[in-house]
Amino acid sequence: MILLSPVMMVLRVLSQTVLLALAQIYNNKIRTMLTTLGIVVAVGSIILVMGALSGMQQGVLSEFEKFGAKRVFMDGALPPSWRGKLSRRDVQLKQAEIDAIREHVTSLRHLCAMYYGAYSIQYEEIVLEGISVVGIEPSWHDIANREIIVGRRFSTIDLEQSRNVCVINEKAIEELNLPKDAVGEFLLLSGRRFLVAGIVETIEQSAIFGNSDTQTEVYIPISTAKALNPDGWINFAQGELKDADGADEIVSEITYVLRKMRHIEPDEDDTFQVQVMQEIIDNLNKIGFVMTLITGLVVMVSLLVGGIGIMNIMLVSVSERTREIGLRKAMGAHPMVILMQFLVEAVVLCLAGAVIGIAVGQAGLLGIRALPFEMLEDAAAPLWAIGLSAGLSAAAGVGFGMFPAIRAALLNPIDALRHE
Amino acid sequence: MTISIRNLEKVYKLGTEKGKALEVRALDGVSLDIQKNEYVAIMGTSGSGKSTLMNILGCLDKPTGGQYTLNGIPVHTMSSAALARVRNEQIGFVFQSFELLSKQTALKNVTLPMVYSRKHWIGARKRAKTALERVGLGNRMHHRPNQLSGGQKQRVAVARALVNEPSILLADEPTGNLDSTTTIEIIALFKELHDEGQTIIVVTHEEEVAGQAKRIVRLRDGKVMSDFPTDQDPIHQEFLKSKAVTAVRMAEVVGEGAT
Repeated sequence: MILLSPVMMVLRVLSQTVLLALAQIYNNKIRTMLTTLGIVVAVGSIILVMGALSGMQQGVLSEFEKFGAKRVFMDGALPPSWRGKLSRRDVQLKQAEIDAIREHVTSLRHLCAMYYGAYSIQYEEIVLEGISVVGIEPSWHDIANREIIVGRRFSTIDLEQSRNVCVINEKAIEELNLPKDAVGEFLLLSGRRFLVAGIVETIEQSAIFGNSDTQTEVYIPISTAKALNPDGWINFAQGELKDADGADEIVSEITYVLRKMRHIEPDEDDTFQVQVMQEIIDNLNKIGFVMTLITGLVVMVSLLVGGIGIMNIMLVSVSERTREIGLRKAMGAHPMVILMQFLVEAVVLCLAGAVIGIAVGQAGLLGIRALPFEMLEDAAAPLWAIGLSAGLSAAAGVGFGMFPAIRAALLNPIDALRHE
Repeated sequence: MTISIRNLEKVYKLGTEKGKALEVRALDGVSLDIQKNEYVAIMGTSGSGKSTLMNILGCLDKPTGGQYTLNGIPVHTMSSAALARVRNEQIGFVFQSFELLSKQTALKNVTLPMVYSRKHWIGARKRAKTALERVGLGNRMHHRPNQLSGGQKQRVAVARALVNEPSILLADEPTGNLDSTTTIEIIALFKELHDEGQTIIVVTHEEEVAGQAKRIVRLRDGKVMSDFPTDQDPIHQEFLKSKAVTAVRMAEVVGEGAT
């Protein structure tokens, strides 16, 4: 009990001072409201800005994450040092290179070359012009992660025999007015008959990559696509890593294979690029962090201004209650206890401002979500921002309450009791 | 021995003028012993040093010279922070203007010293109730000061002063803000407390109030001018005589008026 009593004393004084502070705030409602306005505005804007920022970041990230963090993309590139020596066509990926990567880079689970073309598609009376037709390998099904609703996937036989078969999405059924179970129907693709082998689900296109409308998609074996358009090239290849963590190694392995096959000298630039989704996501996160930091600093300034308001009102409070302080000291209040009392009051003031500010910020976020911007749909204050703003407010209370509290603690009880 | 004061000095430095230090000697070598269960009045005109003496006795102020021992504690050597604890445990203050917290109930006001106490914070509320009942305010516990009369306010203040069981009750002009009826009430309360064994020091300039004490210490110019038991104090005896004369004269006037 004797050991516990100092701890209990601190707890008791603390609870007493908190109650006292709350009573003080209740007794000076209007003054408190005006005083805490600065903190309310500061915290409100922290919540609002952080909520909007993190909402936007989440929005962008989720667009990228639709592809999966393990996705790797590679395609030909023509850096300035190679211009004039090579053409755009020269640097595109070749099937042999894709096969070599598949063979040597073992931590790559799947790899698929993509061979784009645009053709007219006809089913009975309906003709659609300029439809994107993509030549793919069977591994595409494993990478794209798109469910086959009816029918079957491409097989290696389709590829080897360059069959005229296609996989279409549901949107195509709608747009070409195909029967619900379209498998077994024939489409005219650039005048040739293609058997519909399977139907995949239509996925929403990503808004930030331009085409927000879903559209008809037609996939054919890559060998068939090459036969249709021998002058075309592999636009890019996409793969999937076994593990997102090994991204750097995989990139260097692929780079090694490609450089070797292309006989690129050590001092020459790559004529291709390899990107892992995880890296793009990491970079976005970095940008988001820096933006958050900068906005945070700006908002901190308003918290500073709010804190000065708190200091001002605490100085007024100390001077108003000089006699009370004198009395408490005469009754045996240790200077530290008086210090605590005013410090707690400042902190309670700031925290009250923070609570109101958080509410205001959340209300603002509701408003922001209602705005017609897709990017702001997920605007929500992250928990850390709420915690941080409350913590910063409390810190501002301690920081700016310290001077008035020290002033109160150092008051001479005789003078204080004589104060009018 | 409760209080032992030796050659107490309090000098206020007011700066310098023409190379000479300007200073005021508020207390100039005061020596005083006060035993347990004494009831002492300290009197003097303004500027006599009685307020300074009372501040030092109450451990609110520190002397610039001399010794002050309170219940064996050499108080004059202690820091201001350490004095806070001495005030809390040893001294109960009663002020002229009551000094109650206006927004808190009588009970809360009486609880205040125990908030800062190490000994009495367990059962503080119960102790506060007992103290209020002791001063006859058992039925006014939940009233705020503005709902109480002046005499009741001072009773609350007395209850607050007693709640930590101090060795000294130190009252500074306790009746200064009270009318004559309530003054008598408060003086009677002090007498009861003294009869129960409480050591009381009252600082006053009213002979009526001082007369209830058993001993009167008179200060002048920072020095003890006289220190007598009340029934041997010449000035007080003079006052009682003139009061009696006045009473007789008053009775005559009233009597003449009646006939």
